[in-house]
Amino acid sequence: MDDFSSLMTGFQVALSWHNVGFMVIGVVLGIIVGVLPGLGGPNGVAILLPLTFGMDPTSAIILLSSIYWGALFGGAITSILFNIPGEAWSVATTFDGYPMAVQGKAAEALTAAFTASFIGALSGVILITFVAPLVASFALRFGPAEFFAVFLLTFCSFIGMGRENRAKILASLCIGFLLAAVGLDSISGDLRMTFGSTELMRGFDFLVVVIGLFGVSEILLTVEEGLVFKGKQAKIDLKVVLRTWAGLPRYWATLLRSAIVGMWMGVTPGGAIAASFMGYGLAKRFSRQPDSFGKGNIEGVLAPETAAHAAGTSALLPMLALGIPGSATAAVLLGGLLVWGLQPGPLLFVEQKQFVWGLIASMYLGNLAGLVIVLATVPLFAAIMRIPFSYVAPVILIVCAIGAYTISNSIFDIWLMLGFGLVGYVFKKLDYPLAPLVLALVLGDRAEDSFRQALLGSGGSLKVFAANGLVTTLVGLALLLLLWGPVMDGVGALRRRGQPVAAKAAE
Amino acid sequence: MKQHWLAFSTLLTVSALLAGVAPAAAWEPTKAIEIVVPFSAGGASDQMARTIQGIIQKNQLTTQPIIVVNKPAAGGAEGMLDIQKSAGDPHKLITTSSGIFMTPMATKLPLNWQDYTPVAMMAQDSFLLWVNAKSPYKTAADFMAAAKAAPAPLKIGGTSSKREDNLLVFGMEKSGGVKFAYIPYTSGGQASTQLSGNHVDANTNNPAEDLANWRGGATRPLCVFAEQKMAYSEKVADGLSWADIPTCASQGLNVSYQMLRGMFMPGKVTKEQQAFYVELFKKVSQNAEWKDYLARNALVPDYRDGDAFVQFLKLDEDKHAKLMSDAGFMAK
Repeated sequence: MDDFSSLMTGFQVALSWHNVGFMVIGVVLGIIVGVLPGLGGPNGVAILLPLTFGMDPTSAIILLSSIYWGALFGGAITSILFNIPGEAWSVATTFDGYPMAVQGKAAEALTAAFTASFIGALSGVILITFVAPLVASFALRFGPAEFFAVFLLTFCSFIGMGRENRAKILASLCIGFLLAAVGLDSISGDLRMTFGSTELMRGFDFLVVVIGLFGVSEILLTVEEGLVFKGKQAKIDLKVVLRTWAGLPRYWATLLRSAIVGMWMGVTPGGAIAASFMGYGLAKRFSRQPDSFGKGNIEGVLAPETAAHAAGTSALLPMLALGIPGSATAAVLLGGLLVWGLQPGPLLFVEQKQFVWGLIASMYLGNLAGLVIVLATVPLFAAIMRIPFSYVAPVILIVCAIGAYTISNSIFDIWLMLGFGLVGYVFKKLDYPLAPLVLALVLGDRAEDSFRQALLGSGGSLKVFAANGLVTTLVGLALLLLLWGPVMDGVGALRRRGQPVAAKAAE
Repeated sequence: MKQHWLAFSTLLTVSALLAGVAPAAAWEPTKAIEIVVPFSAGGASDQMARTIQGIIQKNQLTTQPIIVVNKPAAGGAEGMLDIQKSAGDPHKLITTSSGIFMTPMATKLPLNWQDYTPVAMMAQDSFLLWVNAKSPYKTAADFMAAAKAAPAPLKIGGTSSKREDNLLVFGMEKSGGVKFAYIPYTSGGQASTQLSGNHVDANTNNPAEDLANWRGGATRPLCVFAEQKMAYSEKVADGLSWADIPTCASQGLNVSYQMLRGMFMPGKVTKEQQAFYVELFKKVSQNAEWKDYLARNALVPDYRDGDAFVQFLKLDEDKHAKLMSDAGFMAK
């Protein structure tokens, strides 16, 4: 119980007046940063980092990590209201969050998203509190082959669970891989597919593509449908929050599954993005009404949000314990630790007890503060849906353009965003799924790197992917998930052919 | 109103005094100064930039704020192109390493350090041969002998392809007449973690990149790739200091390599603007916090500006051109 008393001391540190103040300021700033696409958590933290140099390290990390929590919460808002993911990990939230908003259930969707975020983050913090050293050493077992297996698992769970035409999923996935390959290849050190253009050298930034594919294409579709305002007059008061909460216990299995997936992906460090997609995929696979996903199923909001936040929070664990950042924001925080003169690594927990436990305590409190603040804003944000679309659309477009530009201060990215807006429009018209493309773009180059690193080490032998229990299990699970869908479809088809009458009766 | 006037007239007097004291030609920044880091946040270059930013702001060495911007894409070429395009802008700086020669050599991008304005060299960074703490190797000779005897090539991790670590491993292959499997990771931190998880047999990290795992008992250094031992004699881990680590050459592995860490401005800036920053970084290099930073990261203090820096750059570029073409890393 040594850890427990340390945690209590941590709470004392975090609960001092000025630290609570920093927490609230951080959360509010984080929400703003999360709402604006392109600005994002890592940038928000990086911009504010210099302000903290003069501060005591504990207060500084509390302020910065609160920005992180705020950004994690805020990312869901634009995803649900406008189909524009403010953060990479809220892409999967748009799949069902936006349809819910369109059906006039924006407040429910926001409440569900925020609550799921909180549950996810809380499970991550509990993990950090109690099993930190144990879990940290587990992350060390991940070499290139194991990393590749995790990415393979994510891809396979996505293909296997897809209800869309599988050929279309695969086509979309391949386009994503192709886009991910543009830029500097870190294994050979050569530039690929840049055609001599210095703009393409940077590769396709994930957020530029996503803002175009989701946000801009949605505006195009809405304009085509004649600028009708789709969001219905939702009843907006805080009772919605309570009503939504009353319905949540029914989804305990989804929440639990997503939390576990998220914690695991955060620690390994597969990251919050992969976790959110996997959480969504699994929820759909295990749901009794998989067909209602993508059409405004509340589980489709709960699952990715819980997973993303469990991962985002657990990602801080490898950073603190090993000095490996599990996410981009964690990487910036890591830079901060070094500037404050703290050396992350196995000894941080021993040498800087007050700092570590102050931070962990602030994770509990920061998330709680975040939840209260965002829930209070639900009516405000949901009210945006009442404004006629013809007024909102130009604003959204401008925010999208600013977001795309901010990522690397490049006008070219705005053109790219518009181009991908058209691509997204065509995809939606032809009924191609966008999610696999996005997934492949985010994880494609990392999957490729680890695949080639593994083969470099093994001298080209594929046996490295079955070399130990961990990697074999992961690859086996991936193949199982990949084949699950087609096999079950086949079994279902056979059964229907065998007993047409019974099947009809069951319907 | 009266107070405002008073303040205003005081300001006038002060500025008149200042104008009288300072030489008329002295240049001062008029807006925020941007330090471009051509690597991602959290890396060694980024830490250096942020340390410098902290020192300048805490000690109010300039009147304008300092901003650190990361432009890591394409192995740092994104940041270098940005500086190339900013010719004449005196409010921009870039942190550099040997990448300033290697990125253009490996990618054929139209970049050349001669188009920039050298400001100051801040330090040199050493490279060491690290192994897992539990591995049987006691010296570099043990490691090289094991590499010779091994049925499959031993794996050495490093940062990026065709860069410093890759060159070092090539040097080791040539010196020992053996073959290694070089595995490029995206950062030194990752190479260190992979070594502590036993996924590679060694890495060639800078002191700072493996420091945490050395102190945590997961990895340990065998030797330093330099002609002399390092200077820091304060105990770090295992009862050893940086100065206790033998040179690789003394263990029969005749490879030595160091990397510059310095600051550049864009091209076409005036002499006065350059002089301002030279003065600024000289002050930084004499600051106590900077010395702490050097000691913490076991960097070799080696401040140079003016001709001394340019001479160093010319020699270093020739050295890299030779190494890169020997290793076959030059873009065709």
